[in-house]
Amino acid sequence: MSTITFSDVSVQYGKKRVALSGFSDSVDAGEWVGLIGPNGAGKSSLLRAIVGLVDSSGSIEIDGTPLDQLSDRDRAKQVAYVAQDPLIPDDMTAYEYVLLGRTPYISYFGSPSRTDRIVASDVIDRLRLGEFANRLLGQLSGGERQRVVLARALAQQAPVLLLDEPTSALDIGHQQQALELVTELRRSEQLTIISALHDLTLAGTYTDRLVMLHHGDVVAVGDAADVLTADRLGEIYNVCVTVDVDIDELGNRQVVVVPRRGFPAP
Amino acid sequence: MSAQHDARWFAGGTIFVLCAVVLGASIGPAGPDWWRVPGELINRLPLIEFNTGVSDAEWAIVWKIRMPRVVLGGLVGGMLSLAGATYQGVFRNPLVDPYLLGAAAGAGLGATVALTIGRGATADWPIDPVPTVAFVFAVATVMVTYAVGAAFNGSRSGVTLVLAGVAVVSFTSAIQTFILQRNVEAIREVFRWILGSLSLASWADVRLVVPYVAVSTVVLLFHRRHLDAFRVGDDEAATLGVSVARTRLIIVVAATLGTAAVVSVSGLIGFVGLVVPHVVRLVAGAGHRRLLPLSLLGGAGFLILADVPGRMLARPAETPIGVVTAFIGAPFFLYLLRTRRVGG
Repeated sequence: MSTITFSDVSVQYGKKRVALSGFSDSVDAGEWVGLIGPNGAGKSSLLRAIVGLVDSSGSIEIDGTPLDQLSDRDRAKQVAYVAQDPLIPDDMTAYEYVLLGRTPYISYFGSPSRTDRIVASDVIDRLRLGEFANRLLGQLSGGERQRVVLARALAQQAPVLLLDEPTSALDIGHQQQALELVTELRRSEQLTIISALHDLTLAGTYTDRLVMLHHGDVVAVGDAADVLTADRLGEIYNVCVTVDVDIDELGNRQVVVVPRRGFPAP
Repeated sequence: MSAQHDARWFAGGTIFVLCAVVLGASIGPAGPDWWRVPGELINRLPLIEFNTGVSDAEWAIVWKIRMPRVVLGGLVGGMLSLAGATYQGVFRNPLVDPYLLGAAAGAGLGATVALTIGRGATADWPIDPVPTVAFVFAVATVMVTYAVGAAFNGSRSGVTLVLAGVAVVSFTSAIQTFILQRNVEAIREVFRWILGSLSLASWADVRLVVPYVAVSTVVLLFHRRHLDAFRVGDDEAATLGVSVARTRLIIVVAATLGTAAVVSVSGLIGFVGLVVPHVVRLVAGAGHRRLLPLSLLGGAGFLILADVPGRMLARPAETPIGVVTAFIGAPFFLYLLRTRRVGG
């Protein structure tokens, strides 16, 4: 398990557009933080800054080690990233795809070792993808592909997992299955998770803590009950909603955010 | 999947090339009866001695005229096809061929310059300057493409590099057309070069390109795993710890050097670099571990075979090999597309 500390992290595209300004926070080991906010709020920019896909200022540390001091391969051993809309080659088998997750462990001219193959097969079994292992990705359904993508990230064996809209391409059933799976894996693999989620109901229900971003700034941080208020959502998203936060008999938080008729005037 | 499976494919590819070599050495307008040649080839191996009825004069035709052509055809076909498979992989674009970043346009311009402006100055040189000039121009053109692409942040995105290639190729072709238009008397010669031919191949040409093809091949084969990582996209590859810009540069440099070398001795032979890799994908799958070696072998065998009808069809004239490759290759490719599902 690993702690991630952000100090004054900013991301800027070109000279003018500031995507994220001065973000500071600390994500505890084993915590699941949900990033929410309207389109363009800076959620993806934050995730992409962590894996070095965009240039950022400030510092991001994992267990005290600044990420920019790590080589590309060493960083990939610390942080696994699942893009919002990953490019999935139709003509690659699920096993080959998952095995790519072992890339950071293979030297430049090397090839996958026995251990790499064992880890990949193991992850495939754990995600109940055994029957798909030798199938081509183009032949899998959306839900199956999402699991394969998750399997590739898990094969990286990184303590930190970043998920950018992991459920956006899935129907409601598969959304739930995917997030239940992440919940289960987080416990079994002891992962620290940061995920961007559009769906406020899912974000509030599954994550430990929410960070709401708007135009690159943090507007609210904390428990779903504190962050997801009808007033704040109305102001930030320009919507009219009813929010219901409840703790069920098993101690699980249940959040329901329902849009209501009556679009507020801009 | 397995290594054993791979070995079977590679053995098959090697047998295909050997058959093409024997056929290519056996058939031609002059020389010994074609059916005597395979025996004679074996006879010439060390420690084997028997009489095949091929005279020394006939053997000279096989060894000095046909064999350089066969070997050069193999090197050119293999290199173009390997480079094509690599470019298609590194840019994730199925329509890409090894000429994408300007290797062909540059070589064409170089040859045009050498055959027009430079003709008077080099007329009594002992060696033909065309291949060298073509090679230098080919490499220089690709470097310009890379510099332009990098100036527009092309190191982050393969697409920018491809677009830079389109611009540089158009620009280079425009200069070439301009020079040609002012030197009309050289048009025939320039076009004969551009159409591509193996008909004047000598062992000297083979020796000239072998080092480039060898280095390029070794480097590219060592990057098969990286090319597989590129298949999931530049961003994903980067998050997996691949240094995308640097790795792509190494791969492109290796593919370009090999392409420029073979183009400078054979002219612009089209189709091989585009279609052979696709045929390999259709029959053997898209993973680069298998794709690159099989493209190398398949391209070599294909071009050796394509050169055979070229020397027989319109005797004593030669049919340009580019015509033959497209004439045989295009229908075969369409047949494969129709009968096999991609990657199936």
